[in-house]
Amino acid sequence: MNKPLIMGAVAYAPKVVTIWEGFKQFFEDNGLPFDFVLYSNYERQVEALFDGSLDIAWNSPLAWLRAERMGRALGKPVTSIAMRDSDRDLTSLIVVRADAKIEQVADLRGKTVAVGAVDSPQATLLPLYHLYQQGLKAGTDFTVQRHDLLGGKHGDHIGGERDAARALLAGQADAACMIAGNHLLFTSEGTLPAGSTRILTQTPLFDHCNFTVAADAPAKLVARMRELLLGMSWDDPALRPLLELEGLKQWMPERTEGYRDLDAAVDVFGFYDKEGRITCADYRY
Amino acid sequence: MPTIAIDQLDAGSALLLKRALRQLQPGESVAVVGAAPELRVHLAEWCRARGHTWLAGEVGAQEIGRILPGQQEHRRWQNALPTGALESSAVAEHAEVRWGLAARGASVESSTPAFHFPLSDKALVWADEAPKLYAQAVAAQWNPDEAIDWNTPFELPEDIEAAVAQVMTYLIENENAALLVPARFLAQMHPHFREVMQLLAIQVADEARHIEVFTRRIGLKGRQPALSTAGGQASLKTLLDTPDFAIALFLLSVLGEGTFVNLLNFLSAHAPDPVTRQMCRLAAQDEARHVAFGMAHLQYQLARDPALRDRLANAIEQRFEALATTDGLNEEVLDALLLLAAGSWDEAAIRQGQQKVQELQQDMAAGRRLRLLKLGFPEAQAARLAALHTRNFM
Repeated sequence: MNKPLIMGAVAYAPKVVTIWEGFKQFFEDNGLPFDFVLYSNYERQVEALFDGSLDIAWNSPLAWLRAERMGRALGKPVTSIAMRDSDRDLTSLIVVRADAKIEQVADLRGKTVAVGAVDSPQATLLPLYHLYQQGLKAGTDFTVQRHDLLGGKHGDHIGGERDAARALLAGQADAACMIAGNHLLFTSEGTLPAGSTRILTQTPLFDHCNFTVAADAPAKLVARMRELLLGMSWDDPALRPLLELEGLKQWMPERTEGYRDLDAAVDVFGFYDKEGRITCADYRY
Repeated sequence: MPTIAIDQLDAGSALLLKRALRQLQPGESVAVVGAAPELRVHLAEWCRARGHTWLAGEVGAQEIGRILPGQQEHRRWQNALPTGALESSAVAEHAEVRWGLAARGASVESSTPAFHFPLSDKALVWADEAPKLYAQAVAAQWNPDEAIDWNTPFELPEDIEAAVAQVMTYLIENENAALLVPARFLAQMHPHFREVMQLLAIQVADEARHIEVFTRRIGLKGRQPALSTAGGQASLKTLLDTPDFAIALFLLSVLGEGTFVNLLNFLSAHAPDPVTRQMCRLAAQDEARHVAFGMAHLQYQLARDPALRDRLANAIEQRFEALATTDGLNEEVLDALLLLAAGSWDEAAIRQGQQKVQELQQDMAAGRRLRLLKLGFPEAQAARLAALHTRNFM
């Protein structure tokens, strides 16, 4: 039997098994020998791209950046082959209570800002970098209140953002960071009653997950996987439930410009060093 | 260009947006007007998550942007599966696994998971009389508390009361079988055959009620259930072990419950107290409906599959063989029936009681023969098969 293409995915929720068992079947039915391995965190998954256990990884944006740094340092540069339509052009918000006397970003000086998990691009790193660019240094100019939930999942779990939103509403924080989609969700579900919060500022657009390919992955199989991904149709009744679970309508070709701000944030906050070593002191996963 | 004004993006305004998007002509977009500061962010996100294109307007403009609908939501229903119509006349010959639990006539999304209902062919379950029988069954439901005069005063001699308890004990175990057998097939039936599913459900509820009243009759004078024979239970077990719906209906409803109608009518005429007579009369009416469905379905299936008649005949022969080594005579029950029919230990009365029980058994056999004839069995075969029926009655 041909050696299958081995892909890693992080098991941030039970549905991950359903999704990848389904896609595995689809790949196999279409002549691509494929198997997947589940990891409990993105750090171990990224490391597996360099020890020969993985050919490809379904990575968070932060995991992509670490793989990029490690690949460069080891002379084994990684590439990306595809992403979800829903991974493109995201934005994060910093919201305050509607009645707060915080009218501009500078008013956050001396205040407490609730963020998500320490490794969450959308709820911690990117919003804090957005404030940094406007002259506010986390920990110096304002206090950071972390809502760490499930470290190593790179913010895939919504719980940290929901806790930050609750802390804002309860008056334990003056501002909270969250991705725009979750702000809409929290307003709709009533975590944030309509009209109770105001958007203070919003980050520039950024991109989310991608398939990261190891330098020595079998090129033909990788190309076939990319072809099959991009060819998946929402109209296929066998695939549609899987696409819905994974939160996309269509797979899109790769692009990596959308990670620029996060890359800068990683440097500014010292999350990884240039070789991809974890340098964030209180990161547990 | 169509325009929609919204205050903020909540469930209500999202509903209005969806309606506006549905009403667009191909290529058209809808303009959004609104003042809430978070509206632009929320609309952009809402569109992104649904595959619509959000074209943001200029900052400060009254029109904050336009939505160009994506095609995915529309395409979700393009290959939807049609499932007939709600009328009984629209029942399909075969119900598809992916129709699942949908109401008959609904449009079913094509990615609906497959449900494996073993009974999914019309020929295997249907009867044209099912809708009418269901309506009759619903109309004829009775409340044991109100339909039976539990407080009617009566006292029976000790051993007559014991005989009543014995007969009730026997009736309950038979009703347990009559409840469980249709319930098992009910769980195998494709809900597309709504009328049959509903009818079987009511049939199960009928039996639940019968079990209740027979149980209450035992306790009415402070007794506990009496004896349950191995032969009786072996006979009923063959019904529960029957995997085929047609054969189970044939053995249970046409032969068993048909015979039971005779027995219950006998008890409603000859039972020694008014409460027993009353409950047996009500139960007999229900059982007659069960027999009617069994007959109607088998006539339907036989018209399409005449070879079924041989399988039915073989089922009686096999059941007879299977029970040949057991004591199906059920002496305790027959003795109790005889005593009830006699009403006392007086020798002349006992002889009369025996006469009545013999007549009952003849009526039962004649009824079975008649129903077999109606199902198209030749005269000689009908008589022979009617006689082979289990001595346990059910």
